[in-house]
Amino acid sequence: MSDATEANEPAEQAGAGGSEGGRRVRVVLVDDHRMFRTGVQAEIGRTEVTGVEVVGEAADVDQAVTVITTTRPEVVLLDVHLPGGGGVEVLRRCAPLMAAATDPVRFLALSVSDAAEDVIGVIRGGARGYVTKTITGTDLVDSIFRVQEGDAVFSPRLAGFVLDAFASTDAPPVDEDLDRLTQREREVLRLIARGYAYKEIAKQLFISVKTVESHVSAVLRKLQLSNRHELTRWATARRLV
Amino acid sequence: MPEAAAPPIDDVRPLRKLYRSGDGRWLGGVARGLAGHLGLPVIWVRLVFVGLFTADGLGALLYAAFWFFVPLGIGGVGSERPPAAVATETSSDGRRRLVARKPDKGQIVALLAMVVVAMIFVGNVDLDGSTKAYVFPTLLVAAGVALVWRQADNARRARWMAVGRRRRTLTIARTAAGVLLVGAGVSGVFVLQGSAAHLGAVLQAALAVLVGIALLAGPYLVRMTQDLSEERLMRIRAQERAEVAAHVHDSVLHTLTLIQRNAESASEVRRLARAQERDLRAWLYKPEGTGKDEDEEPDTLAEAVRQSAAEVEDKHGVPIEVVVVGDCPLDERLTAQMQAAREAMVNAAKYGGEGGAVQVFAEVEGETVFVSVRDRGPGFDLDSVPDDRMGVRESIIGRMQRNGGTARLRAVPGGGTEVELEMERTATT
Repeated sequence: MSDATEANEPAEQAGAGGSEGGRRVRVVLVDDHRMFRTGVQAEIGRTEVTGVEVVGEAADVDQAVTVITTTRPEVVLLDVHLPGGGGVEVLRRCAPLMAAATDPVRFLALSVSDAAEDVIGVIRGGARGYVTKTITGTDLVDSIFRVQEGDAVFSPRLAGFVLDAFASTDAPPVDEDLDRLTQREREVLRLIARGYAYKEIAKQLFISVKTVESHVSAVLRKLQLSNRHELTRWATARRLV
Repeated sequence: MPEAAAPPIDDVRPLRKLYRSGDGRWLGGVARGLAGHLGLPVIWVRLVFVGLFTADGLGALLYAAFWFFVPLGIGGVGSERPPAAVATETSSDGRRRLVARKPDKGQIVALLAMVVVAMIFVGNVDLDGSTKAYVFPTLLVAAGVALVWRQADNARRARWMAVGRRRRTLTIARTAAGVLLVGAGVSGVFVLQGSAAHLGAVLQAALAVLVGIALLAGPYLVRMTQDLSEERLMRIRAQERAEVAAHVHDSVLHTLTLIQRNAESASEVRRLARAQERDLRAWLYKPEGTGKDEDEEPDTLAEAVRQSAAEVEDKHGVPIEVVVVGDCPLDERLTAQMQAAREAMVNAAKYGGEGGAVQVFAEVEGETVFVSVRDRGPGFDLDSVPDDRMGVRESIIGRMQRNGGTARLRAVPGGGTEVELEMERTATT
């Protein structure tokens, strides 16, 4: 899965699917390892095949903010650990761009770590997804397009974290009912945690892929904004804050 | 200071080094320390000091000198002392026990008793009036100094014996009492000198001098304590870094060497890298004390799942991604479920490994534990497996049923096989 040579081939197929209908996405790469940026660039950067156009690169927080502000990309691939304050700092300083009414900039976190504190940190900061660096080129291109359309990208591990966060508080006060995950959202998360792709989940639950994606987006929205109490409790229990 | 002078002695005669006793002492622990050092009963030493005290207060001077220059030792009269001396000591002095058990009260009582005795003694000694008047203030000052000094000793002892922190208020109260006694004594001297009228002015001047010194020396003192604490911090950091470096050296470099040697075998390289990644991750992200001894038997579900996955991953060279939601202690049924899950992982790695990582998902949901093992291999049909092949039928399905659980095998829409294991936890937990 993490094999780079294998990944090249299917990337082209996915790219064909991705650029279908002439879809293009402008991407900025933020990572402090030049080698890694070069690698990602080589894997997803062939615009005519993948539909991804890398319009800028940055190696630290200040550079990232400058590049993002000047190029206004649709998606930023953001490393979590960066000199100058980390990905969270970039998210904080780009908050107005994320909230923009027209052409908002969306962030996809791309990290070598899948530790809970890193994941939760950037998701709360406003990233629309989180993938680890072992991801294949195909999946990465796919994720970029999904984020660009406003959907969320969950890795199985992230789904597990979220389930864990909500499972530990199974007897909620009544007024928090609205905040809680619905049965369907839980089911979707559970299937993601079991390693199912969105398409497979749709088939399994007899719903459309779009519905799956909207469920996932809803989960992410709740995770970011609504469940302050539970998230705080959860994070405290794990000594994250 | 005595510490500086100590090391050479330590080198030559480590057994005979003189310490003041920290345990069961009355005042500074000098008598007990000396007794231990000389191998004499402590009461003799005390009597000698009292006797010397009657000789123009020479004993007090000597005692003070010892107190000042001899460092406080661990365990009182010390481990160097022959055991026989301990026996005589405790038996000869019945009160020792009490004193040792309740050190603070007993010592304060002893201190007060000493002061009273000294006062009576001084009262009896024939001195001319003017000199005699100075005795009480002097004694007050001495008592105050003793109080504060003992305090400093205690603080030092607490530091290197790592005894539980003494209550802070007590410390402050003792120091304040000592300062008060000294202040009262000094004021008394002034009053006696007949300069009572100038007392206010003198106190003011003294205060001014103190403030001046504080202003001049304050910054240096603050800087010094800051430097000290910073240095301590740096030392701790350096230690931590050394530990990390040692670990990196041990495992990472070793793995890199192995990878260089096995560069042709892609699967071996991948296996090594995965194992190293898992190891390093466990070492970096797990809280203190866990993840370091992996060989131990797991006693919770999450640990058991992770350990099985790691073992299978190492053995078969197929990446296994584990997601665990919730956790609970292992009981007999869950152990059986873990064995079934392990078997499922082995199957998935063997027959479905080419399709990518094997996904393992475990969830504790109330009283039910659910485990799913999923691969993206070619998939297989249970009915087509010959009857003599017992792997799936016995190790997974049979084992689950015998223990009151269920196992389901099914083909996944996108290709591959998923094994779902469900088990109720034992009611007692």
